Amino acid sequence: MNQILEKTIFEYSRPGRVAAAQCPPAADAALVASAKATIPQALQRRDAPLLPQASELDVVRHFTRLSQLNFSIDTNFYPLGSCTMKYNPKACNQYAMLPEFLGRHPLAPASQGQGFLSCMYELQEMLKEVTGMKAVSLNPMAGAHGEFAGVAMIRAYHRSRGDLARNEIIVPEAAHGTNPATATMCGCIVKEIPVDAEGDVDLDALAKVLGPNTAGIMLTNPSTLGVFERKIEQVAKMVHEAGGLLYYDGANLNAILGKVRPGDMGFDVIHMNLHKTFSTPHGGGGPGAGAVGVSARLEPFLPVPVVSREGDHYRWLSEADRPLSIGRLSAFMGNAGVLLRAYVYMRMLGREGMSRVGEFATLNANYLLARLQAAGFDLAYPTRRASHEFIITLKRQAKELNVTAMDVAKRLLDYGFHAPTTYFPLLVPECLLIEPTETESKETLDAFVEAMVAILAEAETDAEKVKGAPYTMPVRRLDDVRAAKQLDLTWKPVDSAA
Amino acid sequence: MPFIPHTDSDIESMLATIGATSVDALFDEIPQSLRVAGLEGIPLGLSEMEIGRLMSERARVDGRPLSFLGAGAYEHHIPSAVWAITTRGEYYSAYTPYQAEASQGTLQMIYEYQTMISSLTGMQVSNASLYDGGSAVAEAALMAVRAHRKSKSLRVIIPTTVNPNYRRVAESTAGNQGLRFETVPCERTAGVIDFAALQAFAGEDIAALVIQQPNFFGQLEDIDRLTDWAHEAGMLVIAVVNPTSLALLKPPGEWGERGVDICVGEGQPLGVPLSSGGPYFGFMTTRLEYVRSMPGRIVGRTVDLEGRTGYTLTLQAREQHIRRGKATSNICTNQGLLMTAATIYMSLLGPQGLAAVAETSLARTSELVSALSVLPGMRVAFEGPRFHEAVLVLDRPVAAVLTELERHGILGGVDLSVDYPELGQALLVCATETKTSADITRYASALGHALKAVRAA
Repeated sequence: MNQILEKTIFEYSRPGRVAAAQCPPAADAALVASAKATIPQALQRRDAPLLPQASELDVVRHFTRLSQLNFSIDTNFYPLGSCTMKYNPKACNQYAMLPEFLGRHPLAPASQGQGFLSCMYELQEMLKEVTGMKAVSLNPMAGAHGEFAGVAMIRAYHRSRGDLARNEIIVPEAAHGTNPATATMCGCIVKEIPVDAEGDVDLDALAKVLGPNTAGIMLTNPSTLGVFERKIEQVAKMVHEAGGLLYYDGANLNAILGKVRPGDMGFDVIHMNLHKTFSTPHGGGGPGAGAVGVSARLEPFLPVPVVSREGDHYRWLSEADRPLSIGRLSAFMGNAGVLLRAYVYMRMLGREGMSRVGEFATLNANYLLARLQAAGFDLAYPTRRASHEFIITLKRQAKELNVTAMDVAKRLLDYGFHAPTTYFPLLVPECLLIEPTETESKETLDAFVEAMVAILAEAETDAEKVKGAPYTMPVRRLDDVRAAKQLDLTWKPVDSAA
Repeated sequence: MPFIPHTDSDIESMLATIGATSVDALFDEIPQSLRVAGLEGIPLGLSEMEIGRLMSERARVDGRPLSFLGAGAYEHHIPSAVWAITTRGEYYSAYTPYQAEASQGTLQMIYEYQTMISSLTGMQVSNASLYDGGSAVAEAALMAVRAHRKSKSLRVIIPTTVNPNYRRVAESTAGNQGLRFETVPCERTAGVIDFAALQAFAGEDIAALVIQQPNFFGQLEDIDRLTDWAHEAGMLVIAVVNPTSLALLKPPGEWGERGVDICVGEGQPLGVPLSSGGPYFGFMTTRLEYVRSMPGRIVGRTVDLEGRTGYTLTLQAREQHIRRGKATSNICTNQGLLMTAATIYMSLLGPQGLAAVAETSLARTSELVSALSVLPGMRVAFEGPRFHEAVLVLDRPVAAVLTELERHGILGGVDLSVDYPELGQALLVCATETKTSADITRYASALGHALKAVRAA
């Protein structure tokens, strides 16, 4: 009972043990004592914090062992729909971590950062080109943060025109949860609209919600249903005629990179997930980077700072240069190190590599779709081309075999594959949203199909086996109800005695 | 083709399986009118060798000057083990741990992080990070308004002793939801919140008071008095703290009679490189009673089917992927990798190591202030206790002196004359444990030359 895989770091702790190499060389003891004496007792800490007292080897071994309990792109195929889990090239990390880049203070003057700033400027320019937008700001630190910047700019634009009633944001029901949450954070009212049977926006429903209160619409294209929004030009026309603006959620930009540009589709503002399309790491939950691009009329509202080039000199534009800016979204200038990684990636791919991303992401998705369909899986949108991802629905299996999408997802872990996105989008029952990305080989895709076929066979002969999965992971299925009811969010010393 | 493994025969057989004639045919649902012709603005691709050379050249341009800059981002020694482990692919290239069974490493790490940061701040619970210190202050203000049980006020007091960029981020982020930020000036002797000005708000309906400790000037606020005053006035208290300083300073959970309600800060000093401003991470801790109002991911310890200990994301009903428009925040991706670095950093330093870093930084700053303030035309702006930063006032333009120092390869500090014109020609300097006596002597000597080169105003 309670077999623990790797104890907590706190259980390695022994009073008096110190990783001595990490302690700073002692400043003059008298100097330390006299400096400390300037701080009144009432402002000082009494009890030491609960940090481990461990050797360097203990720490290295513990966190290395923990890492080995994870799935990751470097170790497993990760077909997580809408997340674009492609290979993160090692060069991007290495060259963003050159000591000069790491050591540069955010408030260092532009004169001590022309190398860094030139990379940022060129990144802005390349992102403009690949999205067809007029201007770019690199500040937002994640996709949702970019969404916030985008909707805040839409609001600021309407306000600047005295158009104060426009506070409604239209969101298709298949949208990511961040879309409505963002609209709320920007003080807007969310209007959700349905999609039709083939996955396109329902234009009649759109016409009904458009009006003098419309601030804009948030769209992902290709949509979260894994299909291209074919009526995009009509949608753009209708929204613009109603006085609203179009927001492009760049979650699925990988599908169309180098093939179609959001700016050409009529979008006024977009965010890009650099941690998806431009291959910066997901880091187990961040850091991301959610650069935003805008059409000419929104440029004055971009979040600051923005890099400008004057002759051969680069500098930051701040509030003083951009008085209409929605302001500052980070203490300094966003996730600069992530931006450097995206820069390296884009330069390595180059012009010709950009369009190959969209092409091979789409080829892989359509190949996987064709093979899974042939193997007996039901597609959510069988009449449509896949974009870079597609949805299969296990509604039939759930009914006939009592095996759910979650069961299949968990069983895939036993076969060495990370689960696809499950139960999203919410409107397709028992769904798996599958995105292979362009960096996976045909053999990997074939192996995934074989695993899916094997699981389907298991479901037909031994459903309980699938329902009990996973078996080979560090833990079996976890008690989420207990986790939420008997909150245990921090380790306590008494635990080790128990 | 960089990072694309397909051979010609792969492409051929895949297209045959699909039943398509070409890769281009797969885009047949996209109107032809929308198709892009070329991307002339993007240069041709580079090999790894070429990009390596280009980046190394650009890095060399930026150099490595001797820096005394602080103001919210601090140069500390980072143990080699921190990033050697953090950049392991199993952390670096993993996704948010939604599939708990395949993410126990990240989940247990977060649980350990939550434990350390809760203890360091003296609070009961922690989330699994926000974007940075500035966005954490904004989220804390929104949370305070949401969590306050007795007041529906949208007003939050954020004194000028709080980092001006944090105030800007709070305004840009929370202003759209109707929050109003009230300001309180600093008093000029000790460079802390003007308590008399603050008391003018007594009796008004206000959701929260923000207190930064050490404050933006490096000075120490009278946190017990401020916390108790705000609580008596019916406000929640939001602490903004430097995590390194907490090895030495009273944790926010112990401020005043009851401790603060929400504690946030910039996590960068805990093993995260300066890197021109990011990626960093914001931390947030609170009382257990407010945990359901907290934004961001939270990890809980539980058991699996066989009763074994395991970890999972919990209280997800607060979050956007479940609650959509009614979530506590729109935050999704956070700063997981930086939290990993910070957890390894705190584990390596331990309570003694972190205290040594804090004490050495304190001592070096004291040494720096002594060395600089004796120069002609220089004086210390504020008396009273401080941590590892100090404001100096010059009798000549700060910007010109800083430019002069740059010629000597020294970044001398942050010019405060734009954000705080009332302080005159003020300069914010910082010394951490990374500065030696020789570095400080070098700065003092260069400053002596710079002061001579720039005429007094």
